[in-house]
Amino acid sequence: MHSFGYRANALVTFAVTILAAMCSLASLSDNFNVPTPTADVKVLNINWFQKQPNGNDEVSLTLNISVDLSSMFTWNTKQVFVFVAAEYETPQNALNQVSLWDGIIPSKEHAKFWIHTTNKYRFIDQGSNLRGKDFNLTLHWHVMPKTGKMFADKIVKSGYHLPEEYR
Amino acid sequence: MGWIGGNLESIRSLQTKQALTQAVNLGLVVTSALILWRGLMCVTGTESPVVVVLSGSMEPGFQRGDILFLHMNQDPIRAGEIVVFNVDGKDIPIVHRVIEVHERQDTGEVDVLTKGDNNEEDDRLLYPYGQLWLQKHHITGRAIGT
Repeated sequence: MHSFGYRANALVTFAVTILAAMCSLASLSDNFNVPTPTADVKVLNINWFQKQPNGNDEVSLTLNISVDLSSMFTWNTKQVFVFVAAEYETPQNALNQVSLWDGIIPSKEHAKFWIHTTNKYRFIDQGSNLRGKDFNLTLHWHVMPKTGKMFADKIVKSGYHLPEEYR
Repeated sequence: MGWIGGNLESIRSLQTKQALTQAVNLGLVVTSALILWRGLMCVTGTESPVVVVLSGSMEPGFQRGDILFLHMNQDPIRAGEIVVFNVDGKDIPIVHRVIEVHERQDTGEVDVLTKGDNNEEDDRLLYPYGQLWLQKHHITGRAIGT
């Protein structure tokens, strides 16, 4: 009853249980945070808009993304992954989501910023449906905690429009 | 003579009983661990409800050695989700983020493109030659926590 084996076993089990309990509490504490994020995305320019040899449309944009996600950060936040996706519908596809830009915000100090950039990832359609297309630019963020449940949300900005002709 | 034989008998049966009890206890422990594991598989809907991160392709969010909890349900796959998938023919599960989704109007089938946060390029290099997209059946789970 008092051998080393029994004591080690009891100790380790207790330690692991306490660790699991602390992790769940840490995760639950995130629910008390009420975030108030703001974001804005502007399309500054359509750089070019072409049909590729394989028949798919491709467009290159310059965006201005300004974001304030500092209210999302708690003591349990490891980083916030933020990305901007173009979302639109085509006759063949009920939903298309194409990520144009993403970034990692490692801490609260970096959470309020603006950036002026061309799209980091290529905006290519499955097919040739983009002429004159209306699309939304949705800013998504994913909060990755030090421990516990990840959660995500988004802000949808609509009203963007692609040119009727290639250029 | 009779009582020696009697004592030997009782000692042997005691040892046998102890040995049997220990064997049954061991069996119970192993079986309950198995039941717990299978139950977890059922609840989360994935084959491997807990995975360990193997590569540095999702840093700094997930480091090598981190434990991820997975869940899978019929909700449609959307951009930004962190999914676990197996490339055809390879056993190693890969944990990356979805960056493109194209969902068909009629069938609801999806074409999905993934990329590790820390990688320069998307995962087309990892997919088998000629495969441009992942489909739903390639994906075994969504990461919900660490």
